[in-house]
Amino acid sequence: MALQGSVKVLVPCGSLGAGVRESEIDYGLSRGANVIATDAGSTDSGAAYLALGKSKNNRGAVKRDLGILLRAHAKSGVPVIIGTAGQAGGDLNVNWTRDIVLELIAELGISPRIALLYSEQDKAALKRFNQEGRIRPLPPLGPLQDDVIDCCEHIVGLMGVEPFIAALEAGADVIIGGRATDTAVLASYAIWKGAPWGPAWHAGKIAECGAQCAVNPADGAGVLLSIDARGFEVEPLSPTNRCTPHSVSKHMLYENSDPHFLHEPGGILDVTAAVYSQLNERVVRVEGAQWQIRPYTMKLEGAAGGSYQTLMLVGIQDPDVLNDVNAFHDKLLAALYERTRQSIPAEELGEFHISLRMYGWNAVSGDVPVNVPPPREIGVLFVATATTQELANAIAHACNPYFFHYPMVMNKELPSYGFAFSPADVPRGRVFEFKLNHVIALDDPLTLVRTQWLPSA
Amino acid sequence: MPKLREVCHHIRSKVAGPFWVTVDLFFDGEEQYRKYRDCEALSASLFQKLYGADPQLVKRIPVDSLHVLKISFPRTSPQGGMVERDMHSGQQYVRLLDIELDSGLA
Repeated sequence: MALQGSVKVLVPCGSLGAGVRESEIDYGLSRGANVIATDAGSTDSGAAYLALGKSKNNRGAVKRDLGILLRAHAKSGVPVIIGTAGQAGGDLNVNWTRDIVLELIAELGISPRIALLYSEQDKAALKRFNQEGRIRPLPPLGPLQDDVIDCCEHIVGLMGVEPFIAALEAGADVIIGGRATDTAVLASYAIWKGAPWGPAWHAGKIAECGAQCAVNPADGAGVLLSIDARGFEVEPLSPTNRCTPHSVSKHMLYENSDPHFLHEPGGILDVTAAVYSQLNERVVRVEGAQWQIRPYTMKLEGAAGGSYQTLMLVGIQDPDVLNDVNAFHDKLLAALYERTRQSIPAEELGEFHISLRMYGWNAVSGDVPVNVPPPREIGVLFVATATTQELANAIAHACNPYFFHYPMVMNKELPSYGFAFSPADVPRGRVFEFKLNHVIALDDPLTLVRTQWLPSA
Repeated sequence: MPKLREVCHHIRSKVAGPFWVTVDLFFDGEEQYRKYRDCEALSASLFQKLYGADPQLVKRIPVDSLHVLKISFPRTSPQGGMVERDMHSGQQYVRLLDIELDSGLA
């Protein structure tokens, strides 16, 4: 199907729950938007959200944003497409979003046809695919081992455009997608309508963070994409904001290890020949992106829950400490390890770890500063890591008197460092880590995706 | 020899997925960009020294149209692990600011 005219994709925000603006949606609809599409998450905030199936954004904020989008759908009939629902796009994250949507449609008295796209993966199936040699690593990781699959709490595959297109083809008004590439969520509708793949994917990448591709990312939340047979145009939804060739092309750099080639399910977006031009004061036109078809793959993401942590924090202005922070760090850390081993029997303690993060000194880099003048004060964050929360707490309790009173100069009255809370220890929960950086080769893009409909047929 | 911060108007770092960090060096115009784009001082071994990155995997990608040199490298431990200090890697660029640049080729 060749594209007639253009397809207009309203991207309401960088991520659902970040604050959709009703006035921007009205503007986009008045400009003839054919669809509203946005992602609702990413891996950037860490593995906890996939491991726990929790949203990073507050339920109220997501409901508010979804409410605006569903009212726009009710008013105009345009479909609403959400990807990477509930921050991580696992089944629990999709269901959390589904329940908000069900609550909203009851409140609004509308009955859209809802497609739920699940892309969480079964561990036994993944092991079979791995045995068949269909799973390969991406740098810096090596070949996938079964025990890595087993240690993950949840594993998702990143969907491309195909599951979204299948749902649109089957008549979906609202799509709640599990984990997908941001780009695919925004490109899917235009590709379904016959837009060329190069410009459609390129438009999706440019708009993935909403107004971030405009001159002032803080002015407004969304953008309008207009994709046609030769390229696409991008316009900020806030009337006071504007796009320039620089602001738009710069977005190809963002959170992306290669700004020229973007690997997506089923191909590579090649923007080396892209030309960005100012169409009018607020709008940029882009032509020249190519889509190179590749064997179909889905990237896998897995999140594992590891050990548990307990925190304590002190502020220190004591000049004896600040005159030699490096030495204080080393002495205190050694004392805390010794104290822990003396207080808790080894067989009970198991593997544990203590780290001291010297904020105001070297907490972010972890390097050892030399020839640096004393800071005015430092904050010292104590992090105990152990196999259970109870043990991490026990380590903190054992270390408590040392951490709060350890002297830099011996044979003086014990100092008391500034702590702000009582009780002073904060059980933090588990450490979550991403485990997979692998792709799985598939003959059919829908093999690993399950679609459910509401109301069910 | 100028420092990196003296020839760039913007320098930033960020995660590029849980296993990679990417740094964008926005040079002050065409001349500075051409002069330092290929310089030895910003070679893979610098990223090994500062961040422990495997030099074989460090990617150095010039973007002529933006006068940007992009350098991407793998993290030594995946985002969010036990020893995480900078979840978004958004502060990692600071260690580059005072790197002294030569205009010799990498």
